[in-house]
Amino acid sequence: MTLFAFALLFAATVAAYMLNRAAAASLARRGERLHSLATFHGGFAALVVLLPVFLVILLWLLFQGPVISALVMGGLPEGVLDGLGKGEVSLIAAEIQSIAAGQVFGTPEPWKLEAAERLVRLRATSGTLLVVTVAALSVVLLFLARRTVAPEFRARHGVERMVLGILVFCSTVAIFTTVGIVLSLIYESWQFFRLVPITEFLFGTNWEPQIPIRADQIAGAGAFGWLPVILGTVVITVIALAVSVPIGLFSAIYLNEFASRRMRAVVKPVLEILAGVPTVVYGFFAVLTVAPALRAAGAEFGIPISPNTALAAGSVMAIMLIPFISSFTDDALAAVPRALRDGSLALGATRGETMLKVLFPAAIPGIVGGILLAVSRAIGETMIVVMAAGLIATMTINPLDSVTTVTVQIVTLLIGDTSFDNPKTLAAFALGMMLFIVTLGINILALRIVRKYRELYD
Amino acid sequence: MEDLRLTERLVGTDEVKIQARGVNVYYGESHAIKDVDVDILDKTVTAFIGPSGCGKSTFLRCLNRMNDTIDNCRVTGSIRLDGQDIYDRSVDPVQLRAQVGMVFQKPNPFPKSIYDNVAYGPRIHGLARSKADLDEIVEKSLRRAALWNEAKDRLDQPGTGLSGGQQQRLCIARAIATSPEVLLMDEPCSALDPIATAQVEELIDELRANFSVVIVTHSMQQAARVSQRTAFFHLGNLVEYGETGQVFTNPRDPRTESYITGRIG
Amino acid sequence: MADIDIAAGGWTSEASRENVRRRRRGELWLKAAGLVAITIAFAMLLTLLASLVITGFRAFTQTHVTLQVTLPPGDETPSFRAATRGAIEALFEGADEAQKREASRILSSGAQYIIESHVAANPDLIGQTFSIRVPVSDPYDQLAKGLIDRETPEALRRVSDAGIAAFDRLSEAGLISRPFNTALFVNADSRFPELAGLKGAIIGSFYALLTCFLISFPIGIGAAIYLEEFARKNRLSDFIEININNLAAVPSVVFGLLALAVFLNWFGLPRGAPFVGGLTLALMTLPTIIIATRAALKAVPPSIREAALGVGASKQQVVFHHVLPLAMPGILTGTIIGLAQALGETAPLLLIGMNAFITAAPSTPFDSATALPTQIFIWADSPERGFVSRTSAAILVLLGFLVLMNALAIYLRNRFERRW
Repeated sequence: MTLFAFALLFAATVAAYMLNRAAAASLARRGERLHSLATFHGGFAALVVLLPVFLVILLWLLFQGPVISALVMGGLPEGVLDGLGKGEVSLIAAEIQSIAAGQVFGTPEPWKLEAAERLVRLRATSGTLLVVTVAALSVVLLFLARRTVAPEFRARHGVERMVLGILVFCSTVAIFTTVGIVLSLIYESWQFFRLVPITEFLFGTNWEPQIPIRADQIAGAGAFGWLPVILGTVVITVIALAVSVPIGLFSAIYLNEFASRRMRAVVKPVLEILAGVPTVVYGFFAVLTVAPALRAAGAEFGIPISPNTALAAGSVMAIMLIPFISSFTDDALAAVPRALRDGSLALGATRGETMLKVLFPAAIPGIVGGILLAVSRAIGETMIVVMAAGLIATMTINPLDSVTTVTVQIVTLLIGDTSFDNPKTLAAFALGMMLFIVTLGINILALRIVRKYRELYD
Repeated sequence: MEDLRLTERLVGTDEVKIQARGVNVYYGESHAIKDVDVDILDKTVTAFIGPSGCGKSTFLRCLNRMNDTIDNCRVTGSIRLDGQDIYDRSVDPVQLRAQVGMVFQKPNPFPKSIYDNVAYGPRIHGLARSKADLDEIVEKSLRRAALWNEAKDRLDQPGTGLSGGQQQRLCIARAIATSPEVLLMDEPCSALDPIATAQVEELIDELRANFSVVIVTHSMQQAARVSQRTAFFHLGNLVEYGETGQVFTNPRDPRTESYITGRIG
Repeated sequence: MADIDIAAGGWTSEASRENVRRRRRGELWLKAAGLVAITIAFAMLLTLLASLVITGFRAFTQTHVTLQVTLPPGDETPSFRAATRGAIEALFEGADEAQKREASRILSSGAQYIIESHVAANPDLIGQTFSIRVPVSDPYDQLAKGLIDRETPEALRRVSDAGIAAFDRLSEAGLISRPFNTALFVNADSRFPELAGLKGAIIGSFYALLTCFLISFPIGIGAAIYLEEFARKNRLSDFIEININNLAAVPSVVFGLLALAVFLNWFGLPRGAPFVGGLTLALMTLPTIIIATRAALKAVPPSIREAALGVGASKQQVVFHHVLPLAMPGILTGTIIGLAQALGETAPLLLIGMNAFITAAPSTPFDSATALPTQIFIWADSPERGFVSRTSAAILVLLGFLVLMNALAIYLRNRFERRW
């Protein structure tokens, strides 16, 4: 039915275009001087039909699901939902949905079958209603649009106003996304903090979120102190930066000052490849190669290394960050005015001295900005740590131990069963909010530093 | 300045095409054009001269509302084309620009074929009813711009492949293809070599038969060669406006005299 | 400073030369450090690729055994299970009991279904004996590829001595072959490594990228045009810009949280559907496309805009007739690079459930499916040994797609980009 509604809309739009263009063209043939070309009259009509009807279909599709399921759940017999929690109610709703889709497991209660039948009926009604609405609205708009055709009618202005409106809408999608992120994180975190006090979350040193979802599951008692989790994140980030910053800096310095043009042309793209490798690949590399190698090396020296050692995740993350740091450093060095460099060389400084004593100090703000962005990358990086880091949160800073991170916890808490009334699920959103706040803060700071630095030499 | 070739020419007509009264232009805080009154005659070449930054280009761009495209630019006063205030709310700048064409300092053909360059204006304004119509407009415009003979065999080749002088004549052809009544030229020869400049100047003189031409130029020799009337701008003021011969040989204002004799500029 | 003495000695003096040599040595250290850093980076890349290729290349072939299958005549619904069993046991006529017991373990448990679908395609085979090649199970595939050391004590390896003997018997009979592993591309996921393929993941990724492109490309271009060509510099446009720059740096897992809370929980869109994945990826790709488009629009010289305005084009006609077409190569390049990033994105897809175990390729973007990166994640997590090489192979396939997309972007840039 949805497809039919879209087809109908498409047909109405084309009809509106043809109708008005033909009408305008015939006016022009009769010798009237038109303000706008006939195609604009057509385009105006097409947009007048297309935009509102499209919006109606979109809203309809977005809200039909929630509305129908509310109707179905509201129409259940008295008493069947009494005393059930939110999670159980949503399980029942899911069961009714799957019965309606034809997947019946066992013998459900008759009221569930009835509800499923009602669900199917309501969906069919909604589909028919949508098509009828689309048809009626299209006809009305088609009629209204047809009446606008006149020599002095400024169809081009109309079209351009509507197009401008579309463009403005496009540019606000970014705002809507940010608002969506902020609101959903705040809302779910708020739900979480009603179940777990915010002080426990912020200052607790125990993180054992695997609490039972159903009564028959055996799991821990649950503790939601995020300190060990953020500590693990910090440990891995520090390892990643300790490896990637020197490598990134020195390679950028070499490329910027000493490398021949041909070497630059080869090395830079190769470094870029490191940035283009998907992080799931790095994660697998860490598990497949780096962690076993580290363990073997540890065994050689008699040092016990955990299979999920932070060292493996951190050093592989470092590979990902190298191109990031080297390209920011390269940009920052390149932005230092030539005059400074020439001045130093003219005094008889070697190129190495010029680099270390003039260019590098001058570029430090830009480099720091780049490193900060790398930090925020490292904190927010997910797949490498999900695959290579551990799951158990421990208060340790030993890089040979297994640690867990914020992103690992978010993913593991949300893979599998999710129900939105459980502190386990909601905890992921609270962690997500902390992650968002921290990375946003670092990003804003970093971008400000980088921009200030650029202005300095522009 | 005895070497200026001042030839007396008949001014085509005394009919006023554009009448500007009390025009002021502001860019944000700065006052670029101060209270300018000017009458531009039909079928006449009018030259705007003056030192750099005197506002002559700014004023030229007021005549087809190209200044509208600059964010913080504000124009007050009245400019009338055939008695119609072009800054009136009912006037669509887009239609105005079809009436008042413009040629820019640097030749700026679209990176399309020669044909499409010339046909672009007629197409968007719906001036041609058929392909044949359009072909005719393109040919006529290229002929008037004295480019037909050079371009007729390569109409489907990109306009950017022409030489600088040809490109500028293509831009002129493009401007006259919408059959404007006024043609504004903003230093049309400043990017051209002397031979191309001579060709374009000759063309301007021919265009006078059909259009009212307004040309901004740095070169006083050029103003003297091609124009019948000359306006001298200085620091945003219109200092002197009159017949070209009179302005160059017998300026009324001391500032004009200083500029012409090379003391300011 | 000692340099004064050098000055006294003149710039060609031995002392001066010595000083310069000392300073040059300092420079050498810096150079060496740089070269070492670059070498380390290269070595890491090489190790990464090498370990993927070394483990992955084996998954592009699969060990097969050729069977002579006999289907009893007249039976329209023959038991393929019995026929398969019969076919493998027939090869062990006269072998010892231990080998016979192992014989049926050599075959993949999917063998009977492969025979069944082969017969379904050729119904006249019923009542005949025909030869068909079916995959062997994962342990024997490992054995054939030399990944199982025959010297290991029997208790520590996954195939018994009898199994090895049985396999060698087949091998000597010339029934074992190792053709290209087409299952890797034409099958969807499976619990059995020898049957598992990427078809579902590739189609899922394709649907997700298509959705992502259809949404982010027009919206990204629209936003960029507005900001670059129409927006006045004011609070709103500043705010939008800040938003776009920050979105570009938000961790991908946060987009997953957004999708989970809004698309799945609020709007009730289907879990694990490529459409929802594409929607999420579109939000992430949007900043990349907007930034690339703005750069491309900025690169179109203002003289083109003036020329069009001068003949009476409206501002939108200027943009849509001239500026946008000229900027298109740059926009496409940026878009392809953005889509390549989206193709490798994993975390948000995990959160919206694109990591389910699904053995059929999706037929519409609204069916549950996996995507290439989530399939890699699933296989990497699977305990069966055979999935290690298949994970590497899947990664090589993913990297192959990324190389193709980037090559296309580079080609577009070199071929169509105009220098002004």
